[in-house]
Parts: sequence; structure tokens; C-alpha cells
Amino acid sequence: MQLRSENLTCERGGRTVFAGVNFTVDSGAALVVTGRNGAGKSTLLRVLAGLLRIASGRLELTGGANEATLPEQAHYLGHLDAVKPSLSVRENLTFWASYLGAPHGAPMDPALDAVGLGHLADLPAAYLSAGQKRRLSIARLVAVKRPVWLLDEPTSALDSQSQDRLAALMADHRATGGMIVAAAHGPIGLESFSELKMGQS
Amino acid sequence: MTAFLALLTRDMRLAVRVGGGALIGALFYLIVVVMMPFAIGPDLNLLGRIGPAILWLGALLASLLALDRLFATDNDDGSLDLLMMSAMPLELAVVAKGIAHWLTTALPLIVITPVLGLMLNVDLPAMGWVALTLLAGTPALTFIGLIGAALSVALRRGGLLLAILVLPLTIPVLIFGVSAANAAIVGPAPFGPPFTILCALSLASLVLGPFAAAAVLRQGQE
Repeated sequence: MQLRSENLTCERGGRTVFAGVNFTVDSGAALVVTGRNGAGKSTLLRVLAGLLRIASGRLELTGGANEATLPEQAHYLGHLDAVKPSLSVRENLTFWASYLGAPHGAPMDPALDAVGLGHLADLPAAYLSAGQKRRLSIARLVAVKRPVWLLDEPTSALDSQSQDRLAALMADHRATGGMIVAAAHGPIGLESFSELKMGQS
Repeated sequence: MTAFLALLTRDMRLAVRVGGGALIGALFYLIVVVMMPFAIGPDLNLLGRIGPAILWLGALLASLLALDRLFATDNDDGSLDLLMMSAMPLELAVVAKGIAHWLTTALPLIVITPVLGLMLNVDLPAMGWVALTLLAGTPALTFIGLIGAALSVALRRGGLLLAILVLPLTIPVLIFGVSAANAAIVGPAPFGPPFTILCALSLASLVLGPFAAAAVLRQGQE
């Protein structure tokens, strides 16, 4: 599998956010997007997630499932956690898993254990801390298999133990042929990666 | 189908949990209808004559009450982004949310309608007819309202804007709903034609509403 971008350009509100972005990400590879604030890191990830329109250029994922589009094969971990406070931890995860296409009746406990929330499964998500909500959001990536992970500053609000867990999850994901595109300001625990610097034109 | 049912049950769960708006609409409807006889006075004939109109107007306002937060909450916590990344088309996700909203907001209101006849001097069989017209007409209110709910996503305090945008579109539903109810209770016009038009309005909005709302939501992401 390969994710390739050629001359990708994005405009928002009549202003060009970035132009001429080229990169390729192969199976098992990781790309870290860096740049100053406002350089377009988050915008690039939202474009990859299909949430923003491409002004010009090409973006394609080859070698994946035949008829699925890139957004359908990608997980997007944005700044917001998509956690409903009035549902329990397990209900939150079960909903996203079945909505995003996990097989029916698949157990959620392995994914919750993978992010260290197994013992809080029946607690309403309203009682979770910011870091725990973040981990619940990450559990979604484990519960549903999708080859492309789009991570927008994934380590924000995570303590060092959780950062290690995330690093292990990312390593597992890459070992099984997954790809990672992450926006980050500092190291996020990837072993080897290529870097895309935004905002240098 | 799994995704559709998952979203439907999640939204119904959210509506009946703390902070959800499930019974707000029914309670608002109740209070509007109960206040009406105090404003109009104890003229039983007059109340009986305008009763169906009061009930329909109450139902119309009540069904808009919880609608403005329908997509806004999902937008605020990032859920809307993920809803767009499923293999299921956004249009169907909008339908699921609309059905959940109708089941938790409009259905309780229809269930309590027969009891409210006591306040308005409309007898029980006649109230059954009014409830039937509401059952046929409220899906139109919900699914037209979805468009307004999608438009008010990016706006703070979008509730009032929603009412201004959506209420004019619901005038045909109101006209045919009240005339069907009146035809059933006092006659002499037949019940069939306004009632079938009411059903047609519901079916048409069931199709058009989700497409329009999904297009608005996609546009709102830009």
C-alpha cells in the first residue's frame, strides 16, 4: 500500500494555506509533519481525512481495499476527542467501533486494556480526565482496523506512561503494514520516520 | 446497517440520559396547551373550535425546541468529523439522527395529546384524530428542521436563527395538519385529501431533508 500526494494545494477562505505539498508514505512507514503554528499541519491532516476539499493536486491511496476511499480507510485523531460525557467508556467505544465498521459483536475489552482504561469501562465518560479521554479516543484506532492513521499531536494531554503505550500501539500498527501521518511539535515516540516541513515556500 | 442502528441507538441513549432533551419538547407542549385556556377564557365552544390549531402550533414549536443542538453537539466535540469518515453516506447518518430525534421528541408529544383534550373541550375520539394527524405530520417538521439544524451548526446561539429559517417552511404542514384535524372533528370537508397531502409532505421531506442537511454539513466543514 502507498499513500501519495502530488502538488497538493489547499485554500481556506480565499487564502492559500499550503501549496505544492509532495510526499509518499509506504506500508509500515511514518511521516511526521512539522512546522510553526499556522503552517497548515492540521489542515493537511484534515485534507487527508477528506474533511476539507483539495484545491488542486492529487492524493491517492493505492493497493488498499478496492472501492473504499481514503477517508474510509483512515483513522483521524484530531484535537477533539469525540467522547460523549453521558455515555459510559464502553458505550462510547462500542458506538464508534460499530459505526466505523468493526465486525458485529467484537469485544471492546482488548482495545480498552491496550490504552489502560479496562478498569474504568463502566464509568460515565464525564468523569474522565483530559488524558483519559484522549486515551479513549485512541482506543478507537485499536478497536477498528484501518490502514492509515492520521494523528494530530497525539501525545497532547498524555502522561509519559500513556505516551509509551501509544508508541507501542504505533509500532504494532506499522509492524502489521499500517501507515502513520502525524502532526507534531516534539518527538511522539516513533522509531523511524520521514519528516515533512510545512510553511517553507 | 450496523452503522445506521449504532448511530440511532446512540442518539436515543444520549437523548434520555442526563443533559439530553427527550422530554423537554413534550413538557413544553404540555405547558403551552395548558396555558391556552387561561388566556382565551372559559368559552368552551371557542376552545373546542380552535383546539386542534392550538395543539398543532404547540407541537410545531415543541419539535423545534431541541433541534438546534442536534448537529451542534456533534460538531463541538469532534464527532461530526468522524461521522463523515464512515463507509455509510452522511445522508443516511442524518436520517438516523432525524429518526432518533423524532422518536425521542415528537413521539412522546403525540402520546400525551389525547389527554390534553380535557383542557380544550375536545372529546376523546376527536383527540384520537388530532393525534393521528400529528403522527402523520410531525416527521415533516423534524426532517425540514434538520436543514435548519445543519445550518446553525457553525453559529453560536443558532436556535433563534433556526426558528426563523425553518418555521416559514413548515407553513404547508401546519395548514394541512389543522385542516385534516378540523375535517375529522367538525366536518363538513372530507378528511382524506388534507390528510393524504400531509402524508405526502412528510414523505417528501423525509427524502429532501437529509440530502439538503448533509450538503449543508459538508459545506460547513470548509
